[in-house]
Amino acid sequence: MTNQIIPSVKRRQIIELAESGKRMDGRSLTDLRKVEIKTNVVEKAEGSATVKFGDTYVIAGVKFEIGEPFPDTPNEGVMSVSAEFVPLASPGFETGPPDENAIELARVVDRGLRESKLLDTSKLCLIPGKKVWIAWVDIFILDHCGNLIDASSLASLCALLTSKLPKAEVVGDEVKILDEYAPVPLRAVPINITLAKIGDKLFVDPSLDEEEVMDCRLSVAFALDDQKQEKICAMQKGGVGTLSFEELLRAVEIAKVKSQELRKLLPSGEK
Amino acid sequence: MDKKLITEDGRRLDGRRFDELRPIKFQIGVLKNADGSAYVEWGRTKILVGVFGPRESHPKHLAMPDRCLIRARYHMAPFSVEERKSPAPSRREIELSKVIREALEPAIFVELFPRTTIDIFAEVLQADGSTRCAAISTAALALADAGIPMRDLVSSVAVAKVDGNLVLDVMDIEDKLGDSDMPLAMMPSKNLITLIQMDGLLTNEEFAKSVELAKKGCMEVYAKQKEALDSHFRIASKEEV
Repeated sequence: MTNQIIPSVKRRQIIELAESGKRMDGRSLTDLRKVEIKTNVVEKAEGSATVKFGDTYVIAGVKFEIGEPFPDTPNEGVMSVSAEFVPLASPGFETGPPDENAIELARVVDRGLRESKLLDTSKLCLIPGKKVWIAWVDIFILDHCGNLIDASSLASLCALLTSKLPKAEVVGDEVKILDEYAPVPLRAVPINITLAKIGDKLFVDPSLDEEEVMDCRLSVAFALDDQKQEKICAMQKGGVGTLSFEELLRAVEIAKVKSQELRKLLPSGEK
Repeated sequence: MDKKLITEDGRRLDGRRFDELRPIKFQIGVLKNADGSAYVEWGRTKILVGVFGPRESHPKHLAMPDRCLIRARYHMAPFSVEERKSPAPSRREIELSKVIREALEPAIFVELFPRTTIDIFAEVLQADGSTRCAAISTAALALADAGIPMRDLVSSVAVAKVDGNLVLDVMDIEDKLGDSDMPLAMMPSKNLITLIQMDGLLTNEEFAKSVELAKKGCMEVYAKQKEALDSHFRIASKEEV
């Protein structure tokens, strides 16, 4: 029963603090935790990055492999995003195949990267209909202290932004991979911001305590389109609670402002 | 992406206006074994939903002392789509099962049935877009048919942007070739959103308009759901007499 009582005490405390605009870790409702990004942390990967949001710690790696395109897009490379909630990251994580939470996380990250058209898959084709580059993006959660979606999105993004694509020579039906690299063809950069709803308040970048007692969360990704106009490119509500229409639109407005703030922290040279 | 999704006279490929739903036909109480069931033909999308419970939780350690557990499974038949789909649950189906559960659970008085489980099974027999929305709206009727106390029905519909226009109730081709897809579910008489997802590029203004259009669509679905409940239980009560 304790696991029901502690959250309800915690929830009351979080709601009371929020009345005066404060949070248990000292942040305001719209503050992000300290974000740290390190890139090229794994030399054997074609791209890699670790991201910390406070104590939340995530690593993402990119590997390129030659494979077959999907039949309906014979001239395009493939991107695949997976997430592992490895057991060292939380007492609640168990070994075994990805559960619905890991699958949801990977698909939300994937949607942000895909809908922003970050990766120019048309430039990843080697032999149309036969051989294309597959970009495998693998996310490992290393320490779960809340807001895995934003940390994982940012880690995947930074791993892709700093990844290098092997050069390849096509001779007939053969592809020879050369010992040289080119930058990965990238376009618009998506930034994901998650807010938790607790009571009638919205909390940017929720901590684990806040996630445990939240009604629901909303994740919104923003990217610049071809005209450099900022657009929403992906969205996901998670959790069992409800949102009013006013809360939904307010959350999207806050997320937009926060995404601009997070965008400034990207590795130099990226917008 | 050269195929036109809007005809010259401003209609969609199936002749609908931008803000028009497809024909929707709900049937309630279609299965004998399930505690509650409903079937929908939503344009060419066909979905069957069965509800079991509240029943004893299996495995037992899943039981919660203060509420019932809600489980949902969204599953597509291998023959429901153009190219045969493997019957094993895909990552997409696992994610959709989760969001469908989260869309329905707010409507259920879970605290009335401690230590039990309610299972919601949605089988997509034919998919032509908006299957999660149709599954949610139909599941709400199956839950009602099972006699499970609810705060409200849950009604759901998707809005897409195709060729620059926002259109209501997205069919498959509009989802595949359109610029955005946004499923939304709500408890209509509570005016609360229980599911929102979006992909594709939209400005904040376009998003706000999409949400408005989805809300209008949900209210229309809600009317059809109530009509289905009304006619089903009216017939049922006559039979009993």
